[in-house]
Amino acid sequence: MYDWPLWEVFIRARGGLDHRHAGSVHAPDAHMALRHARDTYTRRLEGVSIWVVRSSDIVASDPAQDGAMFEPAASKIYRHPTFYVLPEAVDHM
Amino acid sequence: MDHSLFRALTQLGDDSLILGQRLCEWCGHAPTIEVDLGLSNLALDLIGQATLLLDYAGEVEGGGRDADALAFHRNAEQFANCLLAEQPNGDFARTVVRHLFFATYASALYEALAASPDARLAEIAAKAVKELRYHADFAADWAERLGDGTEESRARMAEALDWHWRFVNDLFHDDRDWAACAARGLVPLRQSLRYGFERDVSAILERAGLALPRKVWPIVGGRSGQHSEHLSVLLATMQVLPRAHPEAVW
Repeated sequence: MYDWPLWEVFIRARGGLDHRHAGSVHAPDAHMALRHARDTYTRRLEGVSIWVVRSSDIVASDPAQDGAMFEPAASKIYRHPTFYVLPEAVDHM
Repeated sequence: MDHSLFRALTQLGDDSLILGQRLCEWCGHAPTIEVDLGLSNLALDLIGQATLLLDYAGEVEGGGRDADALAFHRNAEQFANCLLAEQPNGDFARTVVRHLFFATYASALYEALAASPDARLAEIAAKAVKELRYHADFAADWAERLGDGTEESRARMAEALDWHWRFVNDLFHDDRDWAACAARGLVPLRQSLRYGFERDVSAILERAGLALPRKVWPIVGGRSGQHSEHLSVLLATMQVLPRAHPEAVW
């Protein structure tokens, strides 16, 4: 049990929606990871589809580098399309 | 009162109730949190089935008893579950083998019951069969992994198979009431499911590098209330609160 790898779980709540990260499970292999994800995260009808992926297969940004990674975007508010007045008909797009 | 239908429904309901109660004992003790939740899910499926079946049994009986009255106010010798269901959890291998045997049997049985001319029973079975197929897959997955795992897990699985095999004859026993319902076409004879059971379980065990024991154990008795000593202890835990406070409500 202690050497079971960790798997990240993604769940699609309804048809048409994206899979969203729900949490993680330990499991000895992919098949059991799917089973554990089903038993852990869809007990209350939370989903219609599950993805699992080995946590070690996820390439993540380094929190220590978040300054260089994300701060440059902070000063560029013109990238937000908030300076246009939209016709009411498309206001809720 | 349709006595044989009442008894047949009680047998079905008691199997689910007693095995569900057994699995609840794993809560907080399973090898991992994921397996803990998995086993609790199985237990809740079974207790849900028991509620539907025993409520129906109470209606057929016509004496005003519902599922709670039948679950909490009968003694061991009045329970009609199979001997397999009441066996202690043992180690994880024993729980897996018990569930492999039960769920493989029950998913075939409920598939047939879903086509019963008794509409109420067919409706309950149609819901239960989906749950039980998952149970059978769950147990088969673990049986394969443990059988094909380490030397220790394999040895424990072999021991568990040897232990639970002695209760399989009772699992497939058609007592007089069940046979009477079968003669009316309401339920299939359990014996008619046994070949498929042994074929399916053998195929799973073969993938796990294990095999069914060959020894024949002629033990029966669960359906007529002759239980092992384990059932009374289980009932004492399950029934203590409603027996001490019969009027208590949530």
